[in-house]
Amino acid sequence: MKHLLSVICLVIASQFATAGEAQPLADDPVAEKRVQALSEELRCLVCQNQTIADSHAELATDLKREIRTMIQAGKSDKEIIDFMVARYGDFVLYKPPVKATTWLLWGGPALFMLIGLIALVRYLRRRAGSLQADDAPLSEAETRRAAELLKNDAPR
Amino acid sequence: MNKFVWPLVGFVVLVVLLAVGLNLNPRDVPSPLVGKPAPTFNLGKLNPPDQSFAPKDLQGKVWLLNVWASWCVSCRQEHPVLVEFSKKVKMPLVGLNYKEVRGDTSFDVTRMKPEQEQSLARERAGQWLARHGDPYTFSVLDLDGRVGIDYGVYGVPETYVIDKSGVIRMKHTGPITPEVLEQKLLPLIAQLNKA
Repeated sequence: MKHLLSVICLVIASQFATAGEAQPLADDPVAEKRVQALSEELRCLVCQNQTIADSHAELATDLKREIRTMIQAGKSDKEIIDFMVARYGDFVLYKPPVKATTWLLWGGPALFMLIGLIALVRYLRRRAGSLQADDAPLSEAETRRAAELLKNDAPR
Repeated sequence: MNKFVWPLVGFVVLVVLLAVGLNLNPRDVPSPLVGKPAPTFNLGKLNPPDQSFAPKDLQGKVWLLNVWASWCVSCRQEHPVLVEFSKKVKMPLVGLNYKEVRGDTSFDVTRMKPEQEQSLARERAGQWLARHGDPYTFSVLDLDGRVGIDYGVYGVPETYVIDKSGVIRMKHTGPITPEVLEQKLLPLIAQLNKA
């Protein structure tokens, strides 16, 4: 019972907490959607495995506010992303650009696929080779038995 | 025998990669600002309160910009190093007091008037420096953290080394330890002062 009461208190309190975060563009759904889309592309540097859309860290809130201000000022998405990259580097992008320093990151999966394929082909070849070695010619008795079996099968 | 060689090689490679990867500092994000002119700003000084500061005021000098706040725990850890440094080395050390009030989650700034936030920030920052010592030539107040964003601040404390022509030459994220000071900061400062 005590637990339930504290849960209810928390729920009520959290309502007030979100009420405090002003949403100046809430009346402009298009702009708010852009804020959302942009903040999903940007990494929160404090909690590095979250986008700033997911994060409630101070800095993420500040950056979202900054994005809002820039959208209000009529900046394009590219200008806003460039603004972030100029300050926090490529690391702020969830989707890193293809560059000399990132080719291993982008090419890595293909490289591993290639290594896997080469290994697979080599294995299959070796296996086929060893199976062939097993294919010694049939002995006379075996040939006769095989012919008999085939003959019995024929009418069906 | 041969059968075990490749799995062993794979294992060793994995161990090496993990050893390197786990020893990297994920907070050490290379700053794109190194080698670029320090972003300009104009902020009021903590002391004297009626003066303001812009980076161009220190043109021609090698100087340090250290981001701090009284709510920042790691700043406490770093502070004695800065105090020692300021006694030994005579060069401008500018404190950028970052979101003194807003950074502290116990305050709700939305219910505060700007003047209230300003005076509360001055009071708190001043008290903190009075208690722990003031290594700064002066500090400026970045109440809303906008200047912090221009400098790519994401984890206080942070320190920037700025050369005579106003270019950022180094950024250190996290507290300055005596090792960082001896091995990275001081050699760079000496070299920049000669230039």
